[in-house]
Amino acid sequence: MSFLELKGLSKHYGNVVAVAACDLSVAKGEFVCLLGPSGCGKTTTLQMVAGFVEPTGGGILLDGVDITNVKPDQRGLGIVFQSYALFPHMTVADNVAFGLEMRGVPSGERRKRVDATLELVHLGAMASRYPRELSGGQRQRVALARALAIQPPVLLLDEPMGALDAKLREEMQIELRALQHRVGVTTIMVTHDQAEAMTLADRVVLMNKGSIEQVGKPFEMYERPNGRFASTFLGKANVFETTRAQSGATVEVSGYRLPTGDAERIGELEYIVRPEKIEFAADASALVKGRVSARVFLGNHWLFQVDTPLGTMQLTHANTGLPQANEGDEVGLRWAPENARLVPRASAAGVA
Amino acid sequence: MNPPRNWLPYWLTAPGVLMALAFVALPLVITLSLSLYPFLPGGGVGDQMTIANFADVARDEYFHVIFARTFAMAILVTLLCILIGVPEAYVLSRLSARWRTVSIVIVLGPMLISVVVRTLGWAVLLGNEGVINKLLLGSGLVNEPVKMMFTFTGVVVALVHVLVPFMVLAVWASLQKLDATTEQAAQSLGAGLTTVMRRIVFPQVIPGVLSGGLIVFALAASAFATPSIIGGRRLKVVPTTIYDEFLGNLNWPLGAALAVVLVVIVLVVSMGMNRFVERRYKQVFQ
Repeated sequence: MSFLELKGLSKHYGNVVAVAACDLSVAKGEFVCLLGPSGCGKTTTLQMVAGFVEPTGGGILLDGVDITNVKPDQRGLGIVFQSYALFPHMTVADNVAFGLEMRGVPSGERRKRVDATLELVHLGAMASRYPRELSGGQRQRVALARALAIQPPVLLLDEPMGALDAKLREEMQIELRALQHRVGVTTIMVTHDQAEAMTLADRVVLMNKGSIEQVGKPFEMYERPNGRFASTFLGKANVFETTRAQSGATVEVSGYRLPTGDAERIGELEYIVRPEKIEFAADASALVKGRVSARVFLGNHWLFQVDTPLGTMQLTHANTGLPQANEGDEVGLRWAPENARLVPRASAAGVA
Repeated sequence: MNPPRNWLPYWLTAPGVLMALAFVALPLVITLSLSLYPFLPGGGVGDQMTIANFADVARDEYFHVIFARTFAMAILVTLLCILIGVPEAYVLSRLSARWRTVSIVIVLGPMLISVVVRTLGWAVLLGNEGVINKLLLGSGLVNEPVKMMFTFTGVVVALVHVLVPFMVLAVWASLQKLDATTEQAAQSLGAGLTTVMRRIVFPQVIPGVLSGGLIVFALAASAFATPSIIGGRRLKVVPTTIYDEFLGNLNWPLGAALAVVLVVIVLVVSMGMNRFVERRYKQVFQ
């Protein structure tokens, strides 16, 4: 049963469509990420759920109740803002207590719940500090504690990791994931970082230009992108245009017959292979040959750029300590048929 | 060896410093010294130093009433300016760019006109034969004109009008630094509009309210044109009393003593207020 439901939710600013008829249902306790490049409408969607932006059309159902026209202060949702929006003139404890105070929770119980929530985010010792006296990571935890203290039915996170440095971000992601599992709160997070979305989400909602491109579990979506945008925004991909009229196990790209796992699909297509699915091969078994034009060492893996008759291809190999091909080497490339996907060609121009 | 001293900053600030010395410090020192000499009936100043003028001010009931009235007026005007100026600044800061420009002109426009002219305008409005009384009488709400000229209320109303822009500007400066998402955060936690204003916005603009309040208080306590036109002789405040002592009674030393007392009280109250508020709300001042 879906707990939070968006039905044809849309937002227009004059003639500009920020969000076009967006349908989504989120199950209770689920962690959903709205992922997309800036300007894709993900934040507007979140703001509509929060109640800060009035939808042009469609509706929002929470646990079966229509909350489309409910004021933000009556929705009772927990929100973590990108800037954290902590109250600078209140202590950490007062920040966390604010929502409980608004709900008229008596002061004794309020203190207990504030303490418990601060323990949850490992900030018990910081209760009497002011926000400015905390580090970025600590502030983020206070924002999280403040949103969770009211025990909201839904937690909304707007780019919560945006202001953290890379190392801290990774730690907080793991912690947030664990916290969400423990508390079991239904969560919607907005992010433009595909790695973050895949790390945290049960389900990723990929958005582009105001529309939902694809919805799926991170692994499924990575392995089976439904188009060029999904394949290139979520990870990297080698994409070639192709057309075929008949189903079959191969497809023709620039005069080469290449294998594919999607035997059924026909029409105007794109042929997609992920860089890490390509391996070097001896002449006889190679699908295509080329010359290594660039080689980059990235610590845990190598990135190769190979000029082939199909075009420039990228491939990555784990750094296993073995010697690798050098720049200028002639190499053969091979990939398994099931790792080559066919997707319908995007009709709209300019899809990255 | 020390590097050669750079004298340029001193030369560059010299004109300003000299101006301040000549037009601010020197008159104050002269006033202070004048207040320490006796008044000779007939309009002269004696040459024996004395504190008699200050003793007069301290003893005379007449001056107590005037000082009490002046500071009651200044405090009331300051409070009213906070009450009007803070919401006004908030509304202005939330307007769209175009309306904001228009509104700034409306708010600050009066400051381009001389205080005397603006106050005479209030006299036209507040008089027994004035616009307000004509309307009230015409509509039958009152049977005889409501007395507003030469009253405390009249002076307060006119002073608030004159001084509210200072409060708006000061609070506005503070509002620029306010993170608007803190208001959304408070809303999401269940706070209604008034709670957001009282608990979230107001405490964060306290520095602006303080600096605006100090400016308004000091200007209200030392205002001359408005109290002298609206209040007149019947409702004297310290600045108009000083004027009368200097130019009416020709008692320059007593006038100087009154001026010194006024300056000292304004300074002490302002500094005390500053200390108190900064300590009380120290988190928003850092």
